[in-house]
Amino acid sequence: MTAAAPAPAIETHGLTKRFGRQTVVDAIDLTVPRGSVFGFLGPNGSGKTTTIRMLLGLASASSGTAQLLGHEMPRNVATVLPRVGALVEGPGFAPYLSGAANLSRLDSADLYAPRATHAARVAEALDRVGLSAAASKKVKAYSLGMKQRLGLAGALLTPRDLLVLDEPTNGLDPQGTREVRSLIRSLAAGGTTVFVSSHLLAEIEQICTHAAIMSAGRLVAQGTLDDLRYAGQPRVRLLTPDPAAAARSLARLGLAVDEPPAAGLAPRDVVIEARFDPADDARGESLDIVARLVADGVRVHGYSVERPSLEDRFVALTGEGFDVEG
Amino acid sequence: MSRAETADERAPGGSGPAAARATLGWGLLGTEISVLFRRRRTWAMLGALAIVPVLIAVAVKLRPAASASGRGPAFLDQITSNGLFVAAVGLVVCVPLFLPLTVGVVAGDTIAGEASAGTLRYLLVAPAGRIRLLAVKYLGAAVFCVAATLSVAVAGALAGAVLFPVGPVTLLSGDTISVGESVVRSLLVALFITVSLLGLSAIGLFISTLTDVPVGAMAATIVLAVVSQVLDSLPQLDAIHPWLFSHYWFGFGDLLRQPISWDSFGSNALLQLGYFVVFGALACGRFTTKDILS
Repeated sequence: MTAAAPAPAIETHGLTKRFGRQTVVDAIDLTVPRGSVFGFLGPNGSGKTTTIRMLLGLASASSGTAQLLGHEMPRNVATVLPRVGALVEGPGFAPYLSGAANLSRLDSADLYAPRATHAARVAEALDRVGLSAAASKKVKAYSLGMKQRLGLAGALLTPRDLLVLDEPTNGLDPQGTREVRSLIRSLAAGGTTVFVSSHLLAEIEQICTHAAIMSAGRLVAQGTLDDLRYAGQPRVRLLTPDPAAAARSLARLGLAVDEPPAAGLAPRDVVIEARFDPADDARGESLDIVARLVADGVRVHGYSVERPSLEDRFVALTGEGFDVEG
Repeated sequence: MSRAETADERAPGGSGPAAARATLGWGLLGTEISVLFRRRRTWAMLGALAIVPVLIAVAVKLRPAASASGRGPAFLDQITSNGLFVAAVGLVVCVPLFLPLTVGVVAGDTIAGEASAGTLRYLLVAPAGRIRLLAVKYLGAAVFCVAATLSVAVAGALAGAVLFPVGPVTLLSGDTISVGESVVRSLLVALFITVSLLGLSAIGLFISTLTDVPVGAMAATIVLAVVSQVLDSLPQLDAIHPWLFSHYWFGFGDLLRQPISWDSFGSNALLQLGYFVVFGALACGRFTTKDILS
């Protein structure tokens, strides 16, 4: 491995998982750059957790390869996983042990975790997720949100190069969600690559630099958040009493008008929507559309450029299953 | 994979925080044993086992005449003359069912219990290593076998000492040994029975890797212990008797003769080792290739 170009934090080629005749993960090629906060999106049952299980060596791939931090998995589980913190499909703890005892048990399973700092690291991890006060309480007395936090603490027992967090905000209240977001931001600022799976788009949109979208076992899109958003066409929304003239002007500027209005003056303001050519996207902001419209004698009573949200993109790619109002 | 290899492999990628040297890894065994003995279930089972010889001693104390009827386990009527026999009677009573029952619970729970609690995936991601986890779990079950046998023997010795006179013990061969030596003999019997349970523990460990439902694994292990004894009691099947893991379970009588005969101890140890090797290998084969979906 050369120091100049570190291998991606996660890289898969044709990663596939079949259970019997059912293909749960279908030949995905995933690349998670180092240092990114990577959102792994998809509706429930789209194969996110199965993919994570294969990445962590819990399940074997039916075909294809997966690399974590530049090392082939699952062959290098013993050496790679100490550098990876993970939360997989909800927290799992022995209910009859305290939160601290549960963490100590996980820590003792890691051969690379230094014994000398054991107690201090457990205390610090608990403190980081705000569970210090409940450290000696048995986990069976924890709420779902507290268990979720304890799961996060388990992922933070030693400094990690990569965090794989499956639905980290599940069961958390809005404050907890906010705390997890800021925790992820601070970890990312410290150089840790964070791979977060979620079906909550707002979450991803707020914290991620990159994202990938799964649908029915396939990877339907991946890239930077901006790539994903701008892959949808931005739209111009114009409020004018001169629809016909406006449509002509917009067409001259290279925009495609959705529903060309009838000629003549409208009795009142009319909304006209038009799309940019996606190839012209970069020009979108610089085209001085309003000035041109005014120069053409169009009265402009309202004007905005609307970009599709990640949610629009998500729904466009994954189809049914999400109830979204227009 | 040896520890030295893993350390070497890490060195080139040494930028990561885990580039530190691997520890010896005894910590996991330590926590496993401490977790075992922090469970209320473990103490409940050890307590139930300890009650068996106490109940026997109290019953014999209350109605000494009834024990001379010839029914009941061997040397039951000897308790009244010497309290040191209580431990031996307690072990004889516990060997066929109570001990296999508790060992079946612990051994059947090893992997399946972690799977059902959702802790298995976190231990493996830590990473505990699959073979290492199996080894630690088996050693934990073995420690429980020692604890279970000792709790019967110790509770029996204490109850006997409190309720009956204690003195030199007459062995099965007719020789008499001192109180001190009889304690050593009792511990040897406890060791014999502990060894007897190691094969069953290996079977339980293997069954535990097959399912995510701990109760199923426990029940299957206990049923096998009973089936093995039933088969061992059918004279028509005497060809397979020496291969049944319960075949020598009552063979500790040889340790109560003068001089001690180690034959059955050796045969038993060899048989249990065979079960350990076969079912240990099956457990490894199954567990290292298993998809952990719990």
